[in-house]
Amino acid sequence: MVQENSNIILESFGTYKLRAKDLNLFYGQKQALKNISINIEANTVTAFIGPSGCGKSTFLRCFNRMNDLIEGVTIKGEVMIDDVDVYKNMVDVYEYRKKIGMVFQKPNPFPKSIYENVAFGLRINGESNKSVLDEAVEGSLRKSALWEEVKDNLHKSALALSGGQQQRLCIARAIAVKPSVLLMDEPASALDPISTAKIEELIYDLKDLFTIVIVTHNMQQAARVSDKTAFFYMGELIEFDNTDKIFTNPAKDATQNYITGRFG
Amino acid sequence: MSPKIKDTLFRIFAIFCTTLGLATLLILLVDITIKGITRVNWSFFTNLPSRLPEQSGIYTALAGMVSLLLFTLLIALPIGILSGIYLEEYGKKNRLANFIEINISNLAGVPSVIYGILGLELFVRLAGLGNSILAGALTLSLLIMPILIVSTREAIKAVPNSLREAAFGMGATKWQTTSRVVLPAAFGGILTGIILSTSRALGETAPLIVVGALAYVPFIPEGPMDQYTTLPIQIFNWTSRPQQGFVINAAAGIIVLLLFTFILNGIAIYLRNRWYKKTAI
Repeated sequence: MVQENSNIILESFGTYKLRAKDLNLFYGQKQALKNISINIEANTVTAFIGPSGCGKSTFLRCFNRMNDLIEGVTIKGEVMIDDVDVYKNMVDVYEYRKKIGMVFQKPNPFPKSIYENVAFGLRINGESNKSVLDEAVEGSLRKSALWEEVKDNLHKSALALSGGQQQRLCIARAIAVKPSVLLMDEPASALDPISTAKIEELIYDLKDLFTIVIVTHNMQQAARVSDKTAFFYMGELIEFDNTDKIFTNPAKDATQNYITGRFG
Repeated sequence: MSPKIKDTLFRIFAIFCTTLGLATLLILLVDITIKGITRVNWSFFTNLPSRLPEQSGIYTALAGMVSLLLFTLLIALPIGILSGIYLEEYGKKNRLANFIEINISNLAGVPSVIYGILGLELFVRLAGLGNSILAGALTLSLLIMPILIVSTREAIKAVPNSLREAAFGMGATKWQTTSRVVLPAAFGGILTGIILSTSRALGETAPLIVVGALAYVPFIPEGPMDQYTTLPIQIFNWTSRPQQGFVINAAAGIIVLLLFTFILNGIAIYLRNRWYKKTAI
């Protein structure tokens, strides 16, 4: 299913964190992604925009192979992180996913304490040393700007937090295992404007530590937080360029029509 | 007829139906209590069965019931719960799975005496277990297995998929996801299923009569191969005696049995509420 192509490695200059090459994805017979190729640099924020059903979330989930969980999905082409094809057979998908954190549309903390949520990733790696766990929990909560709000209640249920706090907890949980990539699937769409602003600030701060890819329906958000923007339409990558350029002077008419609100 | 009158009429009808059901139950409870409460005292719990109603007790019946339940749960819980986990969490959702699901639901509706006949042939005769506790426990295990499987599946189904995605997204394996996220979140529901199936097993009489629980057992069972009687069978036996004293004994036995069922169901409801409060997102 996956084609060997040694040229790809020669082509890369080692600066791209994530790459896709001629990626096609099918749900049964229906093609959801068509010939997508993209190069994403390390330590940048890339926004995926486009109307509902355009394939942007599906594409995002190719990077950590979450589409594997859906029955009937076929993937052709290459997806690479640090120039290693993630769909090759020798890749251990579980080890691989640990390098890539994911934050979902709806906050999905586990029905456990705040502490255990953040420690989850370390625990499944077999870490049980309390001081290591304590340190990771505090560090991650600080990075996700939640520490000050929860430091006295670490052993309370995560479900008692507000939606915005839960989402920041999910970010803390994702970064606790020190991934190099952070995938965010509409992370603020279920949140109020204040919580959204906090998440956006956080994305800006986390850029130094991670390569971030964010799917969003909110074009102002894409313009605010991202360095590069990719516009998807009907399963195709229409345009991928610097965010400034996409929003001020896009090359394609479809992009122009979408960002000015003529459809979608 | 105006919609408002219809509304009122329906309300009255609904209240009437509810009251009818509850009143019947209440009359039964009051009747049993009046008849039997005088006999419910300490010696009733500690006496062996006797031909004199006043000296009869439920000691052996209780001991038999408890050991029977113990062995039943020992057999049924691992098989039932693991089957439920497999079918819901691991098995593919195809036509065979649908077929199995329908059949398990059907099994839950099969009259219990049918299980008794199956147990008689399979365990008592073919396996040569005779009228033992083990044969009874195996039969009851068959009986409560569908309930356990269905309730385990329902509890697992109620765990939001977003939690599984979160765990997989962190690189958790299938087993880590199941054991650390799905099962703890489903625990309350599974426990409710366990308790409800226990209370179902508690009240069963018909299959046990078929597989040979005895009516008169003057000793406490000491192992799985011993003969036994249980409270429902003791009650059944007492009601068929001509002396008025045994009718009182039966009523007292019913009070004890009802108390057990009430307590178990109460625990089940308490756990369910607690669990929903804890996992509601």
